[in-house]
Amino acid sequence: MGYVAVRGGEDAIAEAIRTLDLMRQGRCEPAADPGAPLGIDAIRHQLRLLVDRVMGEGGLYDPRLAALAIKQAQGDPLEAAFILRAHRSNLPRLGASAAHDGGRMRLIRRISSAFKEIPGGQRLGPSTDYLQRLFRLDLIDEDPAAFRAAAAALPGAAAEAADFPKVVDGLRAEGLLAGHGEAQPAVDITRSPLSFPIPRPARLAHLARGESGGVLAMAYTTMRGYGYLHPTVAELRVGWLPVMLPHPLTGEAVEAGEVLMTECEIVATHGGAPGEGPPRILLGYGACLGHNETKAIAIAMCDRAMLSGDERGARHPAEDPEFVICHVDGIEAMGFCSHYKLPHYVTFQSDLENIRASAAKLRSQA
Amino acid sequence: MSALLIAGTAQRFGFLDDFAVREIRRGLLKALAVPGYQVPYASREMPIARGFGTGGMQITLAIATPLDRLKVIDQGADDSVNAVSLRRFITAACPGLATTTRTAEATLIQTRHRVPERALTAGQTMVYQVPYPDPLQIVEPSERKRRLAHAHGDYARLWVKLYEDVVRFREVSISNRYPARVAGRYVIDPSPIPRWDLPKLHRSPVAHLFGAGREKKLYAVPPFTDVEPLAFDDVPFAVEAFRDAAGARRRCARCGAGDTYLDQIPQPDGGDRWQCNDQDRCAERMEER
Repeated sequence: MGYVAVRGGEDAIAEAIRTLDLMRQGRCEPAADPGAPLGIDAIRHQLRLLVDRVMGEGGLYDPRLAALAIKQAQGDPLEAAFILRAHRSNLPRLGASAAHDGGRMRLIRRISSAFKEIPGGQRLGPSTDYLQRLFRLDLIDEDPAAFRAAAAALPGAAAEAADFPKVVDGLRAEGLLAGHGEAQPAVDITRSPLSFPIPRPARLAHLARGESGGVLAMAYTTMRGYGYLHPTVAELRVGWLPVMLPHPLTGEAVEAGEVLMTECEIVATHGGAPGEGPPRILLGYGACLGHNETKAIAIAMCDRAMLSGDERGARHPAEDPEFVICHVDGIEAMGFCSHYKLPHYVTFQSDLENIRASAAKLRSQA
Repeated sequence: MSALLIAGTAQRFGFLDDFAVREIRRGLLKALAVPGYQVPYASREMPIARGFGTGGMQITLAIATPLDRLKVIDQGADDSVNAVSLRRFITAACPGLATTTRTAEATLIQTRHRVPERALTAGQTMVYQVPYPDPLQIVEPSERKRRLAHAHGDYARLWVKLYEDVVRFREVSISNRYPARVAGRYVIDPSPIPRWDLPKLHRSPVAHLFGAGREKKLYAVPPFTDVEPLAFDDVPFAVEAFRDAAGARRRCARCGAGDTYLDQIPQPDGGDRWQCNDQDRCAERMEER
């Protein structure tokens, strides 16, 4: 007894996959020139923010595989993150690191909106914040030689090791920062079941893998009045964080490499709502893989909102961990949304029979 | 299946790593030991989209052996695109695993939305793909509150919903995913099988294993276990009637069966064609004739 071929569906699937790949070659538009095949390195560097987003949502730091996933997915970030996540799913766990201190980042960017100046200085770095969103028509026909020459003319990657104190450390030393109890151990959310109440480290891990737009939407609700949050960005850091792993023999922490990360701490002054105690400064924390500032800030805001929910009960959707955590995963949401495309004629038939039965009874009793 | 072989990782039988296999098997043992209880587990991402059967697939991959003979159906059909897609992945991940379209020959049956018409026999195992593992979801969105209700055996809100349906519509409006009490204790969502299939679970000689990948839950109905649809004494549970305007039971246009779940297929002339949904059972009956 071997493999029983089931032809109809199989042929259709093979054809669908072939057609999908043809679209990549510009076959959807007659006489279109799809250009040269995209190089993985071109994607990795020239579409770096997309690569970072895909690595974050995929939950795996591997820029080359992320770039390949983007190419394979024809630019769909959800699909690309999904490919990465599926690959990551059963990779062996070689070790676990201790908690890392964002203060050890080699920074490419660091700002605080809470103070005019901060120890170590504000550092604008690569940012779109003050960009005028006007087209750069010179990029349409960019000269490859000039493109390479410009990069070669610059000095090496400008990043500096930081041992600057965190902005919030000063506030903490002054006793203005509300604490959130003992530090809790990290949770590997890919290996432990999800249940509620959910510890803060697990929430932050879910948010770090959350779909960027989904996390932003949740955070935005707190900004617009579905919450009581008036945040200030105490510190936003982008940089390379050395990954320290225990040496397999000595157990001593050794640097295994570094990952680009974005880290954000927001502080929210206590709103003074009735029954909430004396004024304090409340902290929210967010970190994600890659350079993704909007997401790191949004995570910090969601964290803050959920902590408020913990303290006095959730009053708004974003303060309810179950509401937030169960709905920010792009791969799950996308999968379930897509599943409605599967045939559902058995359940629909059942619905029809049910409605017919109900209608017949209502008619006979009318 | 290049995805299985990427970056030099050796392909394991069943795709899942040993840690995942162990967790899922332990979860299933717990599910069988506490019939109907939803066991949370760390559901793995599969190379198949969430919502397309990753829960059922993880169970199949965790329990299949090279001695099994697998049948995969979606909407009662072995050749529907999703069934083909899942079978393609599972057989690639499990070298040596035989497949079949014949219910009678299968040892392992992964399904979406149907229980085969042919009576199952001891030694077979059913694996269900589950979108919503919790029957209380229709009355309570919060999982935390639902778990408390299950712990307390508090199904009052579900009963009230059934009662209100009967009062307003003369009929419980839940057509598929009909809630059923297992072994007199937990109420389960039997996955989106039609009402027609629910009685097949009652004191069935096989184990019915349910996997919700996206919602990260496993649950089970062990063999020879009571599965009772929630119903009132004076408004008994009723399956899909499939009656024509004159009240006669419709029959399959192909095999003539009048005791199977049917698909209604609209015809260009405005009429409908009715035929067996379970393709294997229909083909079997055609052969018998």
